[in-house]
Amino acid sequence: MTAANTQPTIDTSPVVSDEVKATTCYMCACRCGINVHLKNGKIRYIDGNPDHPVNKGVLCGKGSAGIMQQYSPARLTAPMLRTGDRGSGEFKEISWDEALELAAKWLGEVRENDPRRLAFFTGRDQSQSLTGLWAIQFGTPNFAAHGGFCSVNMATAGLYTLGGAFWEFGEPDWEHTKYFLMFGVAEEHGSNPLKAALGKLKGRGTKFVSVNPVRTGYSAIADEWLGIRPGTDGLLVGALIHELLRTENVDLDFLIRYTNAGWLIIQDEGSPEDGLFARDGDGQPLCFDRQNERLAGAIDKHVVPALSGEFTLSTGQVAVPAFQLLVKRFLSDRYSPGAVAEETNIPAETIRRIAAELAQVAFQHEITLDVSWTDWRGEKHDKIVGRPVSMHAMRGISAHSNGFHTCRMIHILQILLGSIDCPGGFRFKPPYPKQTPPLLKPSGKPGDVRPSEPLGGPHLGFPTEPEDLLIDADGNPQRIDKAFSWDAPFASHGLMHMVINNAFKRDPYPIDVLFMYMANMSWNSSMNVPDTIKSLTGKDDRTGEYVIPKIIYSDAYYSEMVPYADLILPDTTYLERWDCISMLDRPISEPNAAADSIRRPVVQPDRNVRPFQEVLIDLGARLGLPGFAKDDGSPLYPGGYPDYIVNHERKPGIGPLSAWRGEFEDEWGVGTPNPNQIEKYIENGCFAVHEIPEDQRYYRHVNKAYIDWAVKVGYRITDKPVFFQIYLEPMQKFRLAARGHGSVTPPAEHRERIRTYFDPLPFWYPPFEEAMVTQDEYPMHAITQRPMAMYHSWGSQNAWLRQIHGHNRLYIHRGRAAELGIADEDWVWVSSHIGRIKTQVKLMDGVNPDTVWTWNAIGKRAGSWNLDPEAAESRQGFLLNHLISELLPKRGDGYRYSNSDPVTGQAAWYDLRVRIAKAEDTVDGVALPQFEVIGRPAAVPPAPANLRYGAEFGDPTT
Amino acid sequence: MTTLPSATGKKLGLVIDLDICVGCHACAVSCKEWNTGGYSAPLSDIDAYGSDPHGTWLNRIHGFEAGDGTGGRTVHFPRSCLHCEEPDCVTVCPTGASYKRSEDGIVLVNPDTCIGCKLCSWACPYGAREYDQSHGVMKKCTLCVDRIYNDNLPEADRVPACVKACPTGARHFGDLGDPDSDVSKVVQEREGYDLLPELGYRPVNKYLPPRMREVDRSHAKPAGERPAQIDAVHAPTAVEKFFGWADRVLSD
Repeated sequence: MTAANTQPTIDTSPVVSDEVKATTCYMCACRCGINVHLKNGKIRYIDGNPDHPVNKGVLCGKGSAGIMQQYSPARLTAPMLRTGDRGSGEFKEISWDEALELAAKWLGEVRENDPRRLAFFTGRDQSQSLTGLWAIQFGTPNFAAHGGFCSVNMATAGLYTLGGAFWEFGEPDWEHTKYFLMFGVAEEHGSNPLKAALGKLKGRGTKFVSVNPVRTGYSAIADEWLGIRPGTDGLLVGALIHELLRTENVDLDFLIRYTNAGWLIIQDEGSPEDGLFARDGDGQPLCFDRQNERLAGAIDKHVVPALSGEFTLSTGQVAVPAFQLLVKRFLSDRYSPGAVAEETNIPAETIRRIAAELAQVAFQHEITLDVSWTDWRGEKHDKIVGRPVSMHAMRGISAHSNGFHTCRMIHILQILLGSIDCPGGFRFKPPYPKQTPPLLKPSGKPGDVRPSEPLGGPHLGFPTEPEDLLIDADGNPQRIDKAFSWDAPFASHGLMHMVINNAFKRDPYPIDVLFMYMANMSWNSSMNVPDTIKSLTGKDDRTGEYVIPKIIYSDAYYSEMVPYADLILPDTTYLERWDCISMLDRPISEPNAAADSIRRPVVQPDRNVRPFQEVLIDLGARLGLPGFAKDDGSPLYPGGYPDYIVNHERKPGIGPLSAWRGEFEDEWGVGTPNPNQIEKYIENGCFAVHEIPEDQRYYRHVNKAYIDWAVKVGYRITDKPVFFQIYLEPMQKFRLAARGHGSVTPPAEHRERIRTYFDPLPFWYPPFEEAMVTQDEYPMHAITQRPMAMYHSWGSQNAWLRQIHGHNRLYIHRGRAAELGIADEDWVWVSSHIGRIKTQVKLMDGVNPDTVWTWNAIGKRAGSWNLDPEAAESRQGFLLNHLISELLPKRGDGYRYSNSDPVTGQAAWYDLRVRIAKAEDTVDGVALPQFEVIGRPAAVPPAPANLRYGAEFGDPTT
Repeated sequence: MTTLPSATGKKLGLVIDLDICVGCHACAVSCKEWNTGGYSAPLSDIDAYGSDPHGTWLNRIHGFEAGDGTGGRTVHFPRSCLHCEEPDCVTVCPTGASYKRSEDGIVLVNPDTCIGCKLCSWACPYGAREYDQSHGVMKKCTLCVDRIYNDNLPEADRVPACVKACPTGARHFGDLGDPDSDVSKVVQEREGYDLLPELGYRPVNKYLPPRMREVDRSHAKPAGERPAQIDAVHAPTAVEKFFGWADRVLSD
């Protein structure tokens, strides 16, 4: 029988939606514009907004899976109060009134007695300008977000050196670059913009070099993959600097004009001025002017600073240009390609060639744009010169205990090539660049924290001298996370990863309430999960009460953290709430445009949940916080978060959103609040873009027109130019304090550490864990990569994404596995100095032979996320976190520092060293350790077995 | 047996650039998202939150490694129906549910007449058809037949969902029967190839191979090693040599 080819008639032009609402994605941190297509009130599909500056219409796998996030069975449905023990998952539903009254009671008692006893930390939340304001008004010094275990090394190294930083505060000039060098980007920040750019670069034949121990994702399409040994990027970059200097490939004019290379550094060992800038009577740094052959103000308009030589100051002291010290350091044999080849796993000839390629592209393929501009000196330039070498770096640099210095080295490499904010180079995104560092000091010194009073200013800032630290007269930390103490002086994002551990030890003091938002601290967001759980559940022997007495937590989903909290404030999904991606926080700007955006509710919650930001504003009013309650006690923002977004003013005329301000709705940046502002954003697709004029797009550190505009719109508080800091004087001030100089000096036990790591010039040192364990005992590195289809969307309750990454394996180099007698799919024990896990391996070639790796955050605790306890995520999935110590080994006096970068406090979770051995004992196919199964509260209804999402939309034939 | 049209007006298909696919799964998920509510609705997920979740996908991404040493590479390979010109999956269909459209060459399944016998999935050497367990019929890539002609969508969106979503721009859509189309040109220029041509199914979809990667594309050569200084008592140190150069440059 032959069936006839009877072609049915089908409807190729169905009506697919009855409404399209634009908003902003939140499936990761990229903040792409999305169009949500609705049919009968349900989401038909979500796609990229073609007009949006971030993603220009494309959308990644996570963004496309937003439907499954929205209708996830792991969603919390009502406020809950814990009834069983912490960790049991036993809760009772309570009303919002009860929940908010209870929270206000707990918080109010703390505020009246000792505001320090509240620790308020938010995870990968993007409303920090609101949460930070709330914490200031509450008066606790204990506030930060997740940056301490994310990217504070990158942010701080960038801001102190350039006044901008990788990712959010700057990006390569994708349009013009002719060579792209990327370090340690573990398939994450950024997502779609980076992917789109790589596609374009490859299309036009721009060379792309990826430095990463693992050859997956972005590295897979690199023209050249350098499988570096983890934690040695600083050696590679140091050797590239060495080569540029050796081969005399340095942009001297750039150094003289735009950096502190020519500023004189006092050389007077033992003196309190040693290593500081030589300054004139007004405190201005000095240089030696080559033209007039005399000392002169280094930032005087007409000087030509010498870059080498020894000069005698009026004090009789000798001083040398900063650049001379830098050249000495990097021309030393320590940084020669031959000296670093073995440690980095990059052959010396490869390093020499890469350096030569960088130099060739920068200096022989320069770009000139025929655009005239004027610099801060008033000098007119008739063209813009670009050195089209660009770089990007992220996690693989950031998450090591040497990350701050390594990131500084990358910036110095860029500076030597003259490729900062120029065509083809690394470019700032408004409101950056700011000063080096931004002119903001942390608040929370003793005396600044008073019962029932706000804190004097923002929590997070940029110390430049020991006097800026948040310590008491004896040098003890004032914050629960020890940020801005001698433990971590430049901890500009706080140390969220230490809060629970410190609170349990009551070090530096006990707290009463731990209040967290959107941070899975009992699982994949903490180092050392077993000990973190002990800290959350540990009780006081005398009272029988939990050592951390009260925990309030807000999350949209039944994550591993929920069962450890006492009071649950259920949040909405990202499609059910307002948000503000603000210029006051982390905007979506592009190099050519200032831009910000909002999220708006596109569907209404079908559960008894409230957006966290609304809840916080409500609590602020209940507590009578200034800025949230009127004098008569009534709420200042009765309309909730949108009311705040429109009407809050940080300074007169400056609020959360930049566009459509003022009476005539035409002001950008500064203008009176406009009641129609949010409507305007919605009409425009929930974002606003302010294009930067052509003559203000480059050299913005010194571009007069740009600087004047940035002052006018409130992005900058000074019209002074920005000088890139190859030599960081603030670090030397800390080092001098450690030598005993000045009024604020570190206690003796901190001195050696400060002396060593507060080097004003970057240097490489082995990551702490590598230095601590022996090579024989723990010969391998263990790191994670971010699964592109899951990065920041770890909530693996997502029915679609969990089919892509349902469980993870440990990837190991084929040759190394053979040496260890390990075959593909074997089970192995992975041991670190604090514990061991059992997992299944997968062999591969594209990985550094000394490194094993896995996908981050795939493993789930059994019973969490409303998954079947037998789910692969729990039975076969695993975390490396169990192996990572949150503390360094004991110092001589027994004290243990956080396992973090000694400058910034960045969690050093890529420092992990392990030993791998074949597991002979069992082959039951279950990863270890297994934790007790978490119970499911009644407010989280059972998950459906099968899904037929969209069946109701389909109408295939007509 | 089901017959094929003697010729099709167009040969619509995809061109997938393996040089820039980073394996992000945007195409696979956006495909599922569009199609679970579209022509192929629903693309079911069985045991969605259980221990063995498995759903219907019309596009899946495979990652593998090829080559050794510096020639080694990691490849991400998206796999979906290739809309063959000689598709056995159509001719084996006992009910006529599987068919190749005469106007554009798209291979489709009519869910009203599909009996879920799975013969077509056995016939397809590319594994591009998936049986939907809960719907009881075969599903496959439709090239988003309900998007590409859809007057209710903006013109720019009248491409398959995977093409619209792809962040790197690795997916192209068009008429591969027209030698002057953009897709035909890029296939010509980049030496696009058929998957398993020896099987004779004449796939319409093409893959663009990874570009040659000249590690040393710039032909930049490092400057020679500096001369050994051990015997040269008065030879300048590296630092002196550098600043000697810097001085000369700055004095010009």
